[in-house]
Amino acid sequence: MQISAKLRLATIAAATTAVMSTATLFGANAQETYRIGYAISKTGPAAPGAATSTIPNYEMWVKEINDAGGLQVGDKKLPIEVVEYDDRSSSEEAVRAIERLINQDKVDFILSPWGTGLNLAVAPILDRAGYAHLAGTAVTDKAPQLAKRWTNSYWLLGTGEQYAVELAKFLEGLKADGKINDKVAMIAVADGFGIELSKAGREALEDRDFDLVYDKTYPLGSQDLATIVNDIKALGADTFVAFSYPPGTLGLTEQSRVLDFNPKVFYAGVGTAFPLYKNRFGDNAEGVVSLGGASEDDPKIADYIKRHVEFAEREPDRWASIVNWATLQSLQQAIERAGTTDREAINAELAKGGFDTILGTYKPGDQTFWQVGQWQNGKFVGLAPTDMEGAAELVFPKPEWKAAQ
Amino acid sequence: MSMLKPDFIKPVGLGAVIFAALAFMPTLVDSYYMSLAISVVSFAILATAWSMFSGPTRYISLATVVFFGIGAYTVAVLGEVLPFPLVLVCAGLAGTVIALLVGFSTLRLAGVYFVIFTFGLTELVRQVVSWYEVNVTREMGRYVFLDITQNDIYWQLLALFAVLLVTGFILGRSRLGFALRIIGEDETVAKHCGIDVTRVKVALFVLSALFMTLTGAIMAPRWTYIDPVIAFNPMLSFQVVIMALLGGPRRLLGPLLGVIPLTLLFEVLTASFPNHFSILLGCVFMVIVYLLPGGVVGLYEKYRAPKKRVLATDQNAEPGGNAA
Repeated sequence: MQISAKLRLATIAAATTAVMSTATLFGANAQETYRIGYAISKTGPAAPGAATSTIPNYEMWVKEINDAGGLQVGDKKLPIEVVEYDDRSSSEEAVRAIERLINQDKVDFILSPWGTGLNLAVAPILDRAGYAHLAGTAVTDKAPQLAKRWTNSYWLLGTGEQYAVELAKFLEGLKADGKINDKVAMIAVADGFGIELSKAGREALEDRDFDLVYDKTYPLGSQDLATIVNDIKALGADTFVAFSYPPGTLGLTEQSRVLDFNPKVFYAGVGTAFPLYKNRFGDNAEGVVSLGGASEDDPKIADYIKRHVEFAEREPDRWASIVNWATLQSLQQAIERAGTTDREAINAELAKGGFDTILGTYKPGDQTFWQVGQWQNGKFVGLAPTDMEGAAELVFPKPEWKAAQ
Repeated sequence: MSMLKPDFIKPVGLGAVIFAALAFMPTLVDSYYMSLAISVVSFAILATAWSMFSGPTRYISLATVVFFGIGAYTVAVLGEVLPFPLVLVCAGLAGTVIALLVGFSTLRLAGVYFVIFTFGLTELVRQVVSWYEVNVTREMGRYVFLDITQNDIYWQLLALFAVLLVTGFILGRSRLGFALRIIGEDETVAKHCGIDVTRVKVALFVLSALFMTLTGAIMAPRWTYIDPVIAFNPMLSFQVVIMALLGGPRRLLGPLLGVIPLTLLFEVLTASFPNHFSILLGCVFMVIVYLLPGGVVGLYEKYRAPKKRVLATDQNAEPGGNAA
């Protein structure tokens, strides 16, 4: 009895020592590198989004730079060293991980987490510590105020309002051409994103004399979307707008196909521009409209997509990934232009903008990317703003659904 | 009357000295250690408050995050309208009202029904808040822009923890605390002793909920942005239960013995093995259950007082007994 008790204590002591010493080893610091830190959701509800839009881009960016010998800082080549944590999709974990990156790991630059909530949680800390914040995957109507409040923060995907307004403008054009009637059926996911877009969409559509014949929300994670589609089918709307999240986007598309609900304009939300949408629906993706878009005729974009496929063995999404990549390109150029690892100098370069990226001449936070796009021949092309270079013509009306694959 | 006895003054005085010393922590360490300290103190409050009710009554409540979230939401709604101390008062009131409603409607339930109900309550409250935001305010997600620094949050939590410990200490020596222990041992016996069982349980439930609500309210300014998924994350309830059970829920300082090692362990695992956190955590829990079935307090009692145990006729005697 006595022996076994001692043994237990010894086991605990040994286990603790092992864990602690491994921790110290991992914290060891190599010289002559540029240290980049990030905390991202590898587990929890935010993990699928992070794995689609953010993590592959971060990893590919680091690999490409290190394969080329590192960042050109002054007359030295500095390889990038990465310190990464899992914020487990929790605000509190994200806050602590960022504090750890700043105070313990003392990294040179911090890349943003995934999602509106997590980016907002870490923004004040980054600002206080003088780190720039390239918030890659936050959509918030407060974006302009936030950029003022935290001077080194950049809200890359802008406001929910801009997507809804751009869509309303686009639909107004179709209505003026007599292609669609004034009836719109709109649904939104009951989450920050869906509520913001539907609020802005409601105003923008009503301002343009559209009649919202259906205007409801569905709970996040709802499985029962058939009823919604059935209700809407009877209303005679030429336009269906869903400000949905990936599970809902897939569910609504599937139900519409099954119930043969085929409006002239079929708009679905986040997830439509994801490669998995095309993989799942194949030819039935043709003609579906959503937010985002990519000019795949542009050699830079085409090259980016090709490299992404080679690196991650899947395509990037056609919205946040592209904006995130342009921003990572900007960051590399800002560091190289500053010619030093000094944070203030790099922040100043970031603020100047004028970077050469896949989105052309770009400054993080510019909203110079497609707000409305459409699947056409297996590519998710940009439609609006219609005055942007390379704007595609809308495939109209949406082709009939084909039988399931 | 018993308040002036030395056995009251001595521990309270010692506690006061320790807390006064802890208040100087922000001048000694950087903000990373402060964020860790905030984590420890907030879980210490939640686990101790949880044990205050669940320890003696043996009702396993999974509603911790309900009250925590209500506190956080009150700050999100009123934070920019009222001065912060008043916001805390409102949060306390909201938590108390909900706890009273929940308490009177459910504490007649026993055993597993209560566990399931409290778990469902989290989802219920989350959906009600979501419904309200979607249909009434049409804004999902709220912003908390308050000039409250990390150190302010730490001091507030520390003060709240001190109040909680004093409350728990007094409670352990009061008639109410005694009544609770009898209920925990045998509810039928308690009824026959003339104890109004439901009222005693509700009183304790409300008191425990009040501290949870205030913790949520104090923590909210740390996150800037709050939506129902962030505020009512059921993981928190489970973490609190695990910490309290590891420490030992039947003593006032027991939960603290679970909170400190587990918070530090979470931190080491997160920092060193970001890609293997969940699997390592699972292994650690298995080790804990195997090596420390009685919690840290159980271990302490086993090695500290073996002679007392021999004298006691029942090996499974109530371990909270010599706390008084």
